[in-house]
Amino acid sequence: MCLAVPMKVVEIHGDTGVVETGGVRQDAGFQLLEGVKNGDYVIVHAGFAIQRLDEAEALETLALFKGLEKAS
Amino acid sequence: MKPSVQEIKEIRLAHGGGGTLSQRLLHELIIPVLGNPLLNTLDDSVLLPDPGSRLAFTTDSFVVQPLFFPGGDIGRLAVCGTVNDLAMAGAVPKYISLGMILEEGFPVADLKTVIGSVRAAAEEAGVLVVAGDTKVVEKGKADGIFINTAGIGMVPANKTVSASLAAPGDAVLVSGSLGRHGMAVLSSREGLGIRTAISSDVAPLNHLVFSLMESCEGVHSLRDATRGGLAAVLNEIAVSSGVGIELDERSIPVGEDVQAACDLLGFDPLYVANEGVFAVVMDQREADHAVQILKGFEYGRNAARIGRVSKESPGRVTLRTNLGTCRIIDPLSGEQLPRIC
Amino acid sequence: MSYSLQIEDSPPLAAGSFKAQEAFRQPAAAQALSQAILKEAQGRPMVFMEVCGTHTMSIARYGLASLLPENIRLISGPGCPVCVTPNSFIDRAVALARQPDTVIATFGDMMKVPGSSSSLDREHARGRDIRVVTSTLEALKLAVKSPGKQVIFLGVGFETTAPTVAVSLIEVKKSGIDNYSVLCGHKRMPPPMEALSSGEMRIDGYLCPGHVSAVIGPEAYRFIPDRFGIGCVVSGFEPLDILQSILMLVRQVRSGRFSVEVEYTRAVKPGGNEKALQILSAAFETCDSEWRGLGEIAGSGFKIRETLAGHDAGNRFPVFVEPPREAAGCLCGKVLKGLLEPTECGHFGKSCTPDFPVGPCMVSTEGTCAAYYKYHLT
Repeated sequence: MCLAVPMKVVEIHGDTGVVETGGVRQDAGFQLLEGVKNGDYVIVHAGFAIQRLDEAEALETLALFKGLEKAS
Repeated sequence: MKPSVQEIKEIRLAHGGGGTLSQRLLHELIIPVLGNPLLNTLDDSVLLPDPGSRLAFTTDSFVVQPLFFPGGDIGRLAVCGTVNDLAMAGAVPKYISLGMILEEGFPVADLKTVIGSVRAAAEEAGVLVVAGDTKVVEKGKADGIFINTAGIGMVPANKTVSASLAAPGDAVLVSGSLGRHGMAVLSSREGLGIRTAISSDVAPLNHLVFSLMESCEGVHSLRDATRGGLAAVLNEIAVSSGVGIELDERSIPVGEDVQAACDLLGFDPLYVANEGVFAVVMDQREADHAVQILKGFEYGRNAARIGRVSKESPGRVTLRTNLGTCRIIDPLSGEQLPRIC
Repeated sequence: MSYSLQIEDSPPLAAGSFKAQEAFRQPAAAQALSQAILKEAQGRPMVFMEVCGTHTMSIARYGLASLLPENIRLISGPGCPVCVTPNSFIDRAVALARQPDTVIATFGDMMKVPGSSSSLDREHARGRDIRVVTSTLEALKLAVKSPGKQVIFLGVGFETTAPTVAVSLIEVKKSGIDNYSVLCGHKRMPPPMEALSSGEMRIDGYLCPGHVSAVIGPEAYRFIPDRFGIGCVVSGFEPLDILQSILMLVRQVRSGRFSVEVEYTRAVKPGGNEKALQILSAAFETCDSEWRGLGEIAGSGFKIRETLAGHDAGNRFPVFVEPPREAAGCLCGKVLKGLLEPTECGHFGKSCTPDFPVGPCMVSTEGTCAAYYKYHLT
């Protein structure tokens, strides 16, 4: 029930701003997250950032998948 | 001194009434831009030269909103839509008619832009506007402007294409990347908060089709993938020919920005409307050559071979996903709507 | 520190970038996970339930069921907010749409859901002012631009969506915008899982909704392994996420040790998103709520707090709402509980199709029946 996409913060205007992925920009609200900065990656649902994307964890998850790929 | 049409800023009911204001609209706005020896006779009907071959005939109406979108407008859409319908029948498009229903109050400046787009598209396609009509309805009874066209083309004697001629073993090609028109129009609508650089792909495809038909044997079916997207036309071909169509997701061209916009709204690019992309089903022996021919054109630069026709599962279109699994591509029921789930 | 992803022959990509998401769909890794699941499940029958419509869609879209061995059965639970929204909510939205000078702002998901005798789509065709928006911020802009109209936003969705609606309510109270209100149909996810865990269906594990969990935190599901001995894995939405989560559930079943694990570590943190939870509770309080097909579940819904009563469309605009009528023979309830496959419903594919849906499971693109129909999961 939660279509949400990782997007990069590219503009901040107080509580709201603009996020971007694949060359597409969308207005977004940042009211639900503390300390959002330009360049952060966030998970965006229904026009709001609901959580940060933890890039270190993302890489760990991908390393796990890569390991499986190699082992097979 | 009576004001000329140029000095009147907005369309009035009288512009459709057949009187002096109508004549002024015709002579000051339409004829100078679209005029040619056939149109200029301004008879009740235009007399066309003997075609010397079978004729293809089509009609279409255009009610797109917004009227002006990134990459085009309703005028360009009207000409290209009609030209492409003729081209998909294997015909060389020659003549079109232009019927317009204008809403009272429609800005004359906007009408001029639309007529200018009609002319540019007609020139690009190599067709003439030979007949037309203009009516005006009260404010609120039309969305600015509605356009109806009819088109006539000539069909060469030796080639026949039809949705019913696809055969097992054929290759399936697409002439360009998917979803640009639909996503360009959607991104320019309010309420969705999305901004992209996506431009409509609206284009006349007849030169590509002509070249393809001249250079390659064994072209069986051609369909432009408009409303309902590529999925709709491939399903039509599968059903009409009684064959199965198997697509390979990895080969289907979709631009990154179109895919991203689709991901944000929960859309599938296979179902998004195009106005400058067509599907080809043809004998597979010349399919790679056909791709090269299409790639020689600006509008065909992303052409690709995307699947094959089989005798398995007749009437059905399936897709082999990037993961190697298989799923069925049904025609869409209704339109896709932006979703959050 | 740089968090970039190296893919052969390309410059390094940020892990959150568009191109990098492809790495979560790698076919070779999917095959490897499929093999691992087959091997470790050892032919033992297992039933896993996913409770998020976006999971249903992802599983169908990538054909993941065909990568699982026969002994593992994936069933869809009541995770589609559209599917579980009762007729009465749609009926009230329709009644409000028929009021003069009223604009209904809604997510696209709700447009085609059938109520007792009409739907928003049909009302739109009849000339009512109904607009699809992708966020409450867009709905607020509408209200500001149309001072003579009442803008009513239809609040559906779980804990991922409810905080975004909460923001809009707090915003209008602060800025004194008088012509925006919300018809609240939000629901909470853990409660129906509790109802299902003690119900008729045997469930060996849950794929927990990744984005709901990003807000509420994984602790919210702790009672499920503790009280019911059923495993939980909080899963992301890409195919590799889902396959990995299923493997984790298989391991829990094999070991007999059940717990809440998180696969979606890149988005789900212990404690969830505290700020979002605070904002949620500033605007909403929990209440009992009716779920289509499941009946009433205690504490499973949200309602707008008294302090924001002026923006509660349910109270502010008294309208006559027709008594709710369910379509005869509609078995969405059983489908939502995982008791019935869509094909076992007499309407499915005959009188109930995506073009002419009878019940909500067919309307919502992620409803179980719609997903079955579209992707032919038979």
